[in-house]
Amino acid sequence: MHIAEGFLPPLHAAAWTLAAAPFVIHGGRAVARERRERPETTLLLGAAGAFTFLLSAIKLPSITGSSSHPTGVGLGAILFRPPVMAFLSTVVLLFQALLLAHGGLTTLGANVFSMGIVGPWAAYAAWCSLRRLNRTAAIFVAVALADLATYAVTSTQLALAFPDPATGFGGSLVKFLGVFAVTQVPLAVVEGLLAILVLRVLGDIARPELERLGVLPTAAPAPEAVR
Amino acid sequence: MSRRAVNGLLILAIVAVFGVALVLGTERGGGGPDSFAGSDSQAMELVESTNPSYAAWFEPLFRPESSQVESGLFALQAGLGGIALGYLVGRLHERRRRPVQVAGEPVETAEQA
Repeated sequence: MHIAEGFLPPLHAAAWTLAAAPFVIHGGRAVARERRERPETTLLLGAAGAFTFLLSAIKLPSITGSSSHPTGVGLGAILFRPPVMAFLSTVVLLFQALLLAHGGLTTLGANVFSMGIVGPWAAYAAWCSLRRLNRTAAIFVAVALADLATYAVTSTQLALAFPDPATGFGGSLVKFLGVFAVTQVPLAVVEGLLAILVLRVLGDIARPELERLGVLPTAAPAPEAVR
Repeated sequence: MSRRAVNGLLILAIVAVFGVALVLGTERGGGGPDSFAGSDSQAMELVESTNPSYAAWFEPLFRPESSQVESGLFALQAGLGGIALGYLVGRLHERRRRPVQVAGEPVETAEQA
């Protein structure tokens, strides 16, 4: 989902930067508020950031014969709501743009918009609508959807900037989705399973924090019942 | 089923999806050193091939020229993320094991020091 440095026309780059900026500023405030109002969740906040930092660095092979990387933003969006992830994703993407020449400063806004804004919000929407039906399935769908939504937005951004001369925006979108979408499916599945695993472990060791964040139900008599 | 068994099955499932993707991908990609190109770079190549007149108008301030150095830097990022995640999960684990002590509030021993 990293659009390389200079690969969006100046006007598009500026527009995506303007679109992403308020979300990132709001996200920075949300992080500060989280730390002030619920200091006991700071360790978890760091863990959510580290999870994104770790996952977005790992290129995984996919069924299409190409490779891609997961985003890691779905888990944090479930734990801390999407604004926090807009800020954390920006930090990760800035690191990659400056040190790894992956993504870029001119395309930072566009990349933040896909990975840091639409991805987390897609995850959060899925989590909110499915959590009452089945918590585990909701985690899986939310996290996998964050992954896929991120790459769908990247495809849209590229198609808007580079419409096909013959078939226009639609034809170009199909082409870019052809590069990203199928490749991303197994990665989304892996990330969804991993998120279930991580939240199970966190449920064991950080239950009070997860209850305060509203991820686990507060009136839980005993996790022992599941054992 | 015990919690541990479920966690183990989850890890197995992750490895299985990864393995299937690797095998199917190798078949489709044909193997070789250039197989499993990153989807990001494929998309940029698509931009270049369909828009030959477009030239990237900004260059990265720093670019690792060697692919070895580049993958090393990616490994560094993953390593830093892993260390941070492990450290934080370890601290959460330790906090749970100790008698209740709300984090973020000063601990009494701090005054003695």
